[in-house]
Amino acid sequence: MNDLRVNTLESEAIYILREVAAQFEKPVLLFSGGKDSITLVRLAQKAFWPAKIPFPFLHVDTGHNFPETIEFRDRLAKELGIELIVRNVQDNIDSGKVVEETGKYASRNMLQTETLLDAIEEFGFDAAIGGARRDEEKARAKERIFSVRSDFGEWDEKNQRPELFDLLNGKIELGQNVRCFPISNWTELDVWSYIEREEIEIPSIYFAHKRNVFLRDGMIWSAEDDVVFRAEDEEVKEMMVRFRTVGDMSCTAAVLSDAVSIGKVVQEIRDSSISERGARIDDKRSEAAMEKRKQQGYF
Amino acid sequence: MEVLKIATAGSVDDGKSTLIGRILYDTRSLTDDKLEAIERTSKQKGFDYLDFSLATDGLVAEREQGITIDVAHIYFSTAKKSYIIADTPGHVEYTRNMVTGASTSQAAIILVDARNGVIEQTYRHFFINNLLKVKDIIVAVNKMDLVDFAQDNFDAIKAEITALAKRAGSTQNITFIPVSALQGDNVVNRSENTPWYTGTTLLEHFEKLEAQDVYEESVARLPVQTVVRPKTDEFHDFRGYAGKLYGGNLAVGDEVTVLPSKTASKVKDIYFFDKKYKVAERGTSINVTLENDINISRGDIIVKSSELPKETKALNAKICWMDSTNLVVGKKYLLQQGANVIAAKVASIDAVIATDFSGEAAATELKINEIGKVSFKLAKTLFYDTYEVNKTTGSFILIDPQTNNTSGAGFIQ
Repeated sequence: MNDLRVNTLESEAIYILREVAAQFEKPVLLFSGGKDSITLVRLAQKAFWPAKIPFPFLHVDTGHNFPETIEFRDRLAKELGIELIVRNVQDNIDSGKVVEETGKYASRNMLQTETLLDAIEEFGFDAAIGGARRDEEKARAKERIFSVRSDFGEWDEKNQRPELFDLLNGKIELGQNVRCFPISNWTELDVWSYIEREEIEIPSIYFAHKRNVFLRDGMIWSAEDDVVFRAEDEEVKEMMVRFRTVGDMSCTAAVLSDAVSIGKVVQEIRDSSISERGARIDDKRSEAAMEKRKQQGYF
Repeated sequence: MEVLKIATAGSVDDGKSTLIGRILYDTRSLTDDKLEAIERTSKQKGFDYLDFSLATDGLVAEREQGITIDVAHIYFSTAKKSYIIADTPGHVEYTRNMVTGASTSQAAIILVDARNGVIEQTYRHFFINNLLKVKDIIVAVNKMDLVDFAQDNFDAIKAEITALAKRAGSTQNITFIPVSALQGDNVVNRSENTPWYTGTTLLEHFEKLEAQDVYEESVARLPVQTVVRPKTDEFHDFRGYAGKLYGGNLAVGDEVTVLPSKTASKVKDIYFFDKKYKVAERGTSINVTLENDINISRGDIIVKSSELPKETKALNAKICWMDSTNLVVGKKYLLQQGANVIAAKVASIDAVIATDFSGEAAATELKINEIGKVSFKLAKTLFYDTYEVNKTTGSFILIDPQTNNTSGAGFIQ
């Protein structure tokens, strides 16, 4: 990848982050410890240097995250001296506000929405910065860079504000908030190339490693924890795998890989014939799975 | 690798989404899982062909009605270039979305149905791409398979649009290509059905285009987004003016003027992150320090003292109206240009401009999807360039302070 492309995307993202900081009173950066949010953090460092990143991080923890990611998340926030707010999906389950899914495909992914909206309300955040990209999924391809949400977190997809040139309109009414997507125009390969170029550290599960797994529906699931439901006849075996996304463990499948370094990961993505979200069972529920979740306030 | 942004425009059922799907398919940009999903859904709907529009029409309502409602951004690469296609709706009531898509594109595809020829919407699409000064226009004459690949149909459309371009005083590069998006003729692969056509395929044409940024113009404009003041021991007196540079370049030592205060200074340092640069090129998000301490805040513009923009408190501009509430005389809006926001009152509506190039007419209001000439009275002085000189300082949006909606887009002539 040539620098011209990365530089253009980088300057665009920095521009957007500066607009967020300037236009909103209380922005927050949604930080999961995944590669996209790690990239956002590096871009935010660049946008405001030599000053500190002027907003806190928020992580909605499903309780089903990979331990490697959580450890990484805590360490990075500490190193940067940024306040890290963690809100747990478990709390809403315990209080009976949401009901946990059951069965073979049970996942806490959907439940994140409620906790996210609660946190936005609790802290009065008027802007939430996320690492979503338009190339991930076709409903995301329709989303604006500044996406206005109602106080119920709803996305009015048929009535979005026009975004012309670089002009971002972040004006909102009290109670509304805006989801801001600085890396909207990046592809998965762009993110990986950027991580390689900038020598950014990422959690170890992104690299190929030996893991106890089992196969279901042609996908590879982690068997190293109790999170993913596994039937007795689903046989566990050790395979060399890595994860392309690090969402909730219950809906994130692994891929066979021998990419042990960032250079090899970039090459693997370049050659891949399956899209990134192809390993996300939450998108396969229906043709409109992502759009429906977004209307309800999902990221 | 260069990035080329292309907007598509076409009427309902011209096959825009199908064309994009075809490009993705023939460049092998559709991953296996996405292709499988298209095959599955096409089969379920009883089609005996692959419905490529399923790849881009991302909303439920779009798939139900078989139309594109909102701009979708589609990404693909070849060995030479990477591409972003803004797939925009063809319906007349979504013109605002089309303007949105075209505003960041260097090239535009206008689709024309070979059976129907040039229709009112074609004029509209051409008009918008002309208004936004999109550099390269590709007229894709689609559904050639349905007219037996007849050269006459193609030639008639070509003649009509060429005449239109001449009448509109267009300086854009216009290219005509006969295609069948459904069957793939002249999209990525050359067609054997059009021996009379010796030009390039659509993709071959894209590959030849120069992917210059839309903000390529010569004068340097640095709208200040935010002032960086770390107040740490190490950077106690640091005061950086952060913004994206539009047009030209800016170098250390350049004599600059800060607007609106018209204070003069010199560029001391140019930072990108923690590195210093002697020169910054257009399109980069930089952080600049100046030789002397002057009061600068968000919305100010730093320019070279030798390249001062124009200024006014009475602005005339072409407006594309995007709100269901009409623009009327006396109404106040917030005018946002770069990082600068100024209160603006509509002084007069001077004309509504017909998008079929038939001329101007008097009007008392501007309705949604209409384009007109409007005069504004501004609360503060606006520093501007014409849209042709600099797209950033020559354009703006109008925000309705009552609804916060982006109600219109303005182009300064």
